[in-house]
Amino acid sequence: MAQQAQSTGSVGPTKAFTAGELGLVLTAIGMAFLSILIAAKTTSGPYACHASLFALASAGSVFAIFNRYLARPAEPASQEINGKPNYNYGPIKFGTLISLFWGIAGFLVGCIIAFQLAFPALNFDMPWISFGRLRPLHTSAVIFAFGGNVLIASSFYVVQRTCRARLSGDLAPWFVVLGYNFFIVIAGTGYLLGVTQSKEYAEPEWYADLFLTFVWVTYLVVFLATIAKRKEPHIYVANWFYIAFIVTIAVLHLGNNATVPVSLYSPKSYIVWSGVQDAMMQWWYGHNAVGFFLTAGFLAIMYYFVPKRAERPVYSYRLSIIHFWALIFLYMWVGPHHLHYTALPDWAQTLGMAFSIVLWMPSWGGMINGLMTLSGAWDKLRTDPVLRMLVVSIAFYGMSTFEGPLMSIKVVNSLSHYTDWTVGHVHSGALGWVGYVSFGAIYCLVPWLWNKPQLYSLRLVNWHFWISTLGIVFYITSMWVAGILQGLMWRAYTSLGFLEYSFIETVEAMHPFYIIRALGGVLFLIGALIMCWNIYRTIVEPAAEQERVPGGALATAH
Amino acid sequence: MSLWRKHQIFEKNSIFLLIGVLVVISIGGLVEVLPLFYLKSTIERVEGMRPYTPLELAGRNIYVREGCYNCHSQMIRSLRDEVERYGHYSLAAESMYDKPFQWGSKRNGPDLARVGAKYSDEWHKQHLDNPRSMVPGSIMPAYPWLGKTEVAVNEIKMDMKVLAFQGQPYSLEMIENAAKDMVTQATNDAADADGLAQRYPKAQSRKFSGLNGPVNEADALIAYLQMLGTLVDFKIYDGKANLR
Repeated sequence: MAQQAQSTGSVGPTKAFTAGELGLVLTAIGMAFLSILIAAKTTSGPYACHASLFALASAGSVFAIFNRYLARPAEPASQEINGKPNYNYGPIKFGTLISLFWGIAGFLVGCIIAFQLAFPALNFDMPWISFGRLRPLHTSAVIFAFGGNVLIASSFYVVQRTCRARLSGDLAPWFVVLGYNFFIVIAGTGYLLGVTQSKEYAEPEWYADLFLTFVWVTYLVVFLATIAKRKEPHIYVANWFYIAFIVTIAVLHLGNNATVPVSLYSPKSYIVWSGVQDAMMQWWYGHNAVGFFLTAGFLAIMYYFVPKRAERPVYSYRLSIIHFWALIFLYMWVGPHHLHYTALPDWAQTLGMAFSIVLWMPSWGGMINGLMTLSGAWDKLRTDPVLRMLVVSIAFYGMSTFEGPLMSIKVVNSLSHYTDWTVGHVHSGALGWVGYVSFGAIYCLVPWLWNKPQLYSLRLVNWHFWISTLGIVFYITSMWVAGILQGLMWRAYTSLGFLEYSFIETVEAMHPFYIIRALGGVLFLIGALIMCWNIYRTIVEPAAEQERVPGGALATAH
Repeated sequence: MSLWRKHQIFEKNSIFLLIGVLVVISIGGLVEVLPLFYLKSTIERVEGMRPYTPLELAGRNIYVREGCYNCHSQMIRSLRDEVERYGHYSLAAESMYDKPFQWGSKRNGPDLARVGAKYSDEWHKQHLDNPRSMVPGSIMPAYPWLGKTEVAVNEIKMDMKVLAFQGQPYSLEMIENAAKDMVTQATNDAADADGLAQRYPKAQSRKFSGLNGPVNEADALIAYLQMLGTLVDFKIYDGKANLR
């Protein structure tokens, strides 16, 4: 290799392992041995399977690092090329594409479990695909796998562009992206095999959690180190939201997963909190997974991609300051609204409700800031379906952040809690806000990352938009009706003062709505498949061919 | 305006921003979570609560493994219709040994906080094997594999050790007898049933699944379901005693 460096004529340093490469190789070798030991000694089949996966992944990373070492030049990648930052797009490209894969997988599993609720025979009497195991697979796949990869990929893009600096670290960004996706594989296969903590949205067991902690801390370090070498004096507002998202998720993750494993050779662990305290910790975590993962992180996306796509500055810088601090302060209080009328003390429930209502204000402050960014560019909604998707996502954000405070009011909650109204509410936020803002960001990112003049087809974006919007409407309206109906049936009394309906009658009444909901989900999935085709064609299409029809795709979008 | 200019300290220094975020997000959690650990009124004093027997604990772990919380709550709210449908509203003390808590957030099926002793063992076994044979409109998945899967009787001891380490009142005697107690509880007319009931008051011993052979997962899960909500005797429970 030294010869190669000489033959190129550079008098640069001779090639040597960097500390990072060496450290990671040694860690991976250690990890491989530990995994093999665990696989050999555990009595749990699923855990042995996971340990083997860890061993394989460790061996694979050693191999990959050596391969990369052989192929790379002696000097580290330059920070700038011709005075322009040498942006690192590799991990971002990977994150963007894998988010599409997980998105399709998560939406598909969502459709399957929706049909299982309508037709229980679809559980097929098999442990691995019964509803109780598939439902966490769905939630984790869409929130953490799809959403998480969109967040990591977009944050690595935004932080580089807004700081005008190359992503910090050489292997570290790859460790973040690949490590995070390995965590997803461990978590998801774990649910199917019955390895779960059964804490909602925090199902992965201790060893997956521990691994994720290392990945997440690396993520924070890479992000902060990139900001530290920025060329801009100011840290752009999107990056505040990304920082709040990364840091807070770390805090929440550690707090809600404080477990003691039964042994190194057992996948099972017991959480140190119990009963009412565990419930409070869970929803302190759970609602802030919504607040910081699904809101703050995606607001960061809004603050970068909406102004970029609309080619207008953010509406109000001061509003974004107020919005930011108020949002992150208030969100942390609202967890108890998941526990109204339960054994959680009343004072905590009341606090949770009060702060949930106040939270409406900063949420709408953010919505206004996003929407008003289009001032003077509203006409673009007619011609640019990507911008339309982004704007509709903000509208859904406004709608679900109004519905949320409404449902957190105790009397409303007494009706809505435990019913499908909650499910509908979550999905108006998840499909409408998180889904659409992610799709919008991906539609923007792919041409930028792969250096294409535009998307393969804006017309297909239009199809994606309308089909999935129809799907969302089916979904949330059917769940509103189902939820309110079920809530009312549970509390209905006959004229003689007896409960009018047995529980099973309220279940049977849900059947038609479950079918409508499942069809809504299928439409959303179809929309996402159209997007995948569009993205695929955008990437593989030679740039020259696109230019042959000047503005062709744009013209057909009318 | 000067206040806006002061904010620049966060906009120009990522460490200040980081610290600012950490401070701001800590307040809500600290105010709401910490008092739950020292306010005595959080968990009322009641008679009858005890840690799970080895068999019940194994059953609870199966409940956790299968993700039953996705469809079943274990939290009866203090609302008229819920109390009439399910029984006395759930007390905080009743989940004091629950790791993790399983209050749930969605009722695709009914609440299970007080399902114990409401149905027979045979009903549960049939229902787990084929829910629609007992409740025609049910949308619950079937769990026919539970009766065919053996429980690793010798491993529950390790779990109890961890729970004792975390402060649950498992005595050395209980941990030593764990495997034996599990077999005892899953046996009809077991010799040591009295010893078990002494260590774990109100523990019921019988072959819950009705299947011959070693302890299976249906035994464990049904044992757990049959004790849910039965430990506190509400005939003698005085709700006013805890008011202060």
